[in-house]
Amino acid sequence: MTTSDTPVEARDSEVVQRDRVVIRFAGDSGDGMQLTGDRFTSETANFGNDLSTLPNFPAEIRAPAGTLPGVSSFQLHFANYDILTPGDRPDVLVAMNPAALKANIKDLPHGGVLIVNTDEFTKRNLTKVGYESNPLEDDSLEPYAVHGVAMATLTRGALEETGLSKKDAERAKNMFALGLLSWMYHRPSESTERFLREKFAKKPEIAEANVLAFKAGHAYGETTEAFAVTYEVAPARLDPGTYRQITGNAALAYGIIAAGRTTSLPVFLGSYPITPASDILHELSRHKSFGVTTFQAEDEISGVGAALGASFGGSLGVTTTSGPGIALKAETVGLAVTLELPLLVIDVQRGGPSTGLPTKTEQADLLQALHGRNGEAPLPVIAPCTPGDCFSAAVEAAAIAVRYRTPVMLLSDGALANGSEPWKIPDVSELPTVDPGFATEPNAPDGSGEFWPYLRDTETLARPWAIPGTPGLEHRVGGLEKADGHGAISYDPDNHDRMVRLRQAKIDGIEVPDLVVDDPDAGPDNAGADLLVIGWGSTYGPINAAARRVRKLGHSVATAHLRHLNPMPANLGEVLRSYRTVLCPEMNLGQLALLLRGEHLVDVKSYTKVAGLPFGAEELQDVFLDYLTGTHPDASRNGSRTGTSNQITGAQA
Amino acid sequence: MTATDLGLPGIGSGGLDSVPTTDAKQTAKDYTSDQEVRWCPGCGDYAVLAAVRQFLPTLGIKRENTVFVSGIGCSSRFPYYLNTYGMHSIHGRAPTIATGLATTRPDLSVWVVTGDGDALSIGGNHLIHALRRNVNIKILLFNNRIYGLTKGQYSPTSEVGKVTKSTPMGSLDHPFNPISLALGAEASFVGRALDSDRKSLQAVLQAAAEHRGSALVEIFQDCPIFNDGSFDLLRKPDTKDQRIIPVTHGEPIRFGPADDNGLGTYAVVQNGFGLSVVEAATVDAGDIVTHDATDHELAFALSRLSDQDLNHTITGIFRNQPRHTYDDAARAQVQAARDAEPDADLQTLLNGHDTWTII
Ligand code: SF4
Repeated sequence: MTTSDTPVEARDSEVVQRDRVVIRFAGDSGDGMQLTGDRFTSETANFGNDLSTLPNFPAEIRAPAGTLPGVSSFQLHFANYDILTPGDRPDVLVAMNPAALKANIKDLPHGGVLIVNTDEFTKRNLTKVGYESNPLEDDSLEPYAVHGVAMATLTRGALEETGLSKKDAERAKNMFALGLLSWMYHRPSESTERFLREKFAKKPEIAEANVLAFKAGHAYGETTEAFAVTYEVAPARLDPGTYRQITGNAALAYGIIAAGRTTSLPVFLGSYPITPASDILHELSRHKSFGVTTFQAEDEISGVGAALGASFGGSLGVTTTSGPGIALKAETVGLAVTLELPLLVIDVQRGGPSTGLPTKTEQADLLQALHGRNGEAPLPVIAPCTPGDCFSAAVEAAAIAVRYRTPVMLLSDGALANGSEPWKIPDVSELPTVDPGFATEPNAPDGSGEFWPYLRDTETLARPWAIPGTPGLEHRVGGLEKADGHGAISYDPDNHDRMVRLRQAKIDGIEVPDLVVDDPDAGPDNAGADLLVIGWGSTYGPINAAARRVRKLGHSVATAHLRHLNPMPANLGEVLRSYRTVLCPEMNLGQLALLLRGEHLVDVKSYTKVAGLPFGAEELQDVFLDYLTGTHPDASRNGSRTGTSNQITGAQA
Repeated sequence: MTATDLGLPGIGSGGLDSVPTTDAKQTAKDYTSDQEVRWCPGCGDYAVLAAVRQFLPTLGIKRENTVFVSGIGCSSRFPYYLNTYGMHSIHGRAPTIATGLATTRPDLSVWVVTGDGDALSIGGNHLIHALRRNVNIKILLFNNRIYGLTKGQYSPTSEVGKVTKSTPMGSLDHPFNPISLALGAEASFVGRALDSDRKSLQAVLQAAAEHRGSALVEIFQDCPIFNDGSFDLLRKPDTKDQRIIPVTHGEPIRFGPADDNGLGTYAVVQNGFGLSVVEAATVDAGDIVTHDATDHELAFALSRLSDQDLNHTITGIFRNQPRHTYDDAARAQVQAARDAEPDADLQTLLNGHDTWTII
């Protein structure tokens, strides 16, 4: 049960109970769909549902109005139980214009609810997106429960008294839509009214207009008889605790601030604006009161360079970017590898290669993160699996960086960054801490009183971190190979071989927890599943949602999730070898599968998609079923290497 | 977007004000590391290293609070030879590393050692941005007008037509004037010296160290291996007096062999929007330009007196005009935020505005 107030209002309409609902708001980029979705999400979080969201917007700030490339959408899945994905297909589609309808209608299942802003369905707008006849007037929308609402007209009417211009008044129509949907789903509305008054505090007339429009939408649902049914989705029974709604980027920013506390180091962020990582820079720059310094650099290279300089001086250097930025930072990250200084490198992955799909998600930077530097330049790689998990991943990455004196790469992605979910707020006092352990004394084993910057800790193989200002420990580091221990420049071939292996051994020796397998049918009397599905990063949600579905259908499937991509858990090989079939779904062309095959000689099957969107649970369910029932072409060919056909399989899906 | 009054702390304090000092007697030897110096015989870098080793102890700051950061190139080996903290980083990126270091550590005296290829070619972007931000770092730009470490290709300061390994028919690129570039990038301190002129070099270094903000010091440096005699016109007794124009803030700009009054035979006068050199005797004393290191336009005009042929080469301090430094301001913002929210609580931040509890 939640302690939130559940609004109980008298309604004439029939109230239907639902376990889960998926709503998609779609409109023009200028229609404010992301804000509308955000607000509905907040209301839903306040109500106590579990939820998961998928914002989807164009890379252009304002693509031409009313066109297909200009369509922006926000999908929200909420339920009375814990859910794992933003949902495959909407139950309700709100389309603010013909372009939004055209771009999204194919995802609405037959029987789905379609709410359309009829005001935008003019001949001109219809022609713009290639509708020859008005779909609201022909029979093409027959399979759906269509509600045409003249949202602009109604909003204008509601705002008549305010004296706002026609154009300004109509801009509030997204709040009308929000009000209507809030009514339909019994959402608490106080937080939205409060939010609007705060957001437009400097323009009270606009704030009032938006509140009026919101209320008008609500009243429209209540008073007209157009909508016979409203829906209730009871609060979810999540783990006990205090929750809030959070996006991946906000969680990452908070994780970085927390990491400053847990490592007792001042945080320095060097960053260059890039989609979809910029929000981390924005968020951190608002929290200087926590001793966080943010530096917007002239380019990606400078961002990481400044962060590394700060680390050299005894700060927790952090840099945030996306794939193209990682490419630019590679040389500096390599320097950090050889300097063996703590550094947090955050890659919020997006569609690639090159500029690719800036606002869409992908996980194709795994090999770049692991290997995208010259020479043997190993570093730990860690990937959060949900928006809220970005917090703990950042805290953990910083702890590894400090403990092992190494750059650490954290791989988030566009879906995690902008997606949101309820987050069980951690107790700050329970976060694990790590002592930076700066060197203060000379350490030369020969008792000469010298400082040897590359004399390693015997347990962790980490080198001492002596920061400028420490008397007696003056030393020089650099990109040239260093003599083992002493740290002077060394061109000695054997020394280089030794140092390359030492740097590798240090990373390989990082303690990571064993891989946990979720195999509900395994037990003392039961061998468990034949199929193991293994994933990493944001595919966690769809993989486990699909696994639930196939289990409900009576099948056995095991799942495992790799949070630590380097080093990987020690029991990984054993786990992989204990299943007849191992399947790895990825939003790339099989990068983790390649690593698992190469490292463990297991015939890992790949299922891949790089469409800029997360996997759907239904899609993966079908793939799992194909393997489970032996109908998948690969399912019967255990042991044979089928790399090429894997890719074709993925492409056809 | 609107600009806001930053309410910055006052300017004008010295570059070393927040660096801890020592009364202990320090010598060049204290600043010498145990590493064997490995430049070619006759390389101008030796002279600069000797000058710097001798100059650093005179600052009276703690050696452990001194950091040299370099990029890649012959001169970038510099930090290895100084017994201070140091980092030999990667090509062109030293200003970025120094920026992060200086911003987080006001108690350090941070120096960048770079060359014409490192600073003006691969690292050009970082150089101009460090200068415009006015981070409290001192950039020593060793200009030998050639790529030495990679064995003799033309650089962004090589003269047009230079025949090198990569330009057998002569280089096509028009060179940078590093001083004009730095002034154009809003540098608050710009100076120049010749590697072999220890006294003037140390005077410029001294002023740079005391300047709070970015300082760019161009050092003309000989590479006898790949660009021998590049600055001979400024060294040879028969030509140097006609060409080197030492400037001092507040003094009329006269140079060349001394006249009866002990003043230079030549003088710098205004000519349109620029400057030109005349025989002092041919003009009114009042028409001779008096050097003003706080005058940005004058500094730029002075930088334009030198071209690729090293005609009329100014040495000394072109510009020394303090303004707010990036690092002071960045720290002040953090401090202001802390003062405004002295009990900033992480748990409160994580909780945010809207929470719900499940029991
Ligand atoms: S190549 Fe030229 S610049 Fe480099 S060390 Fe030799 S003489 Fe000096």
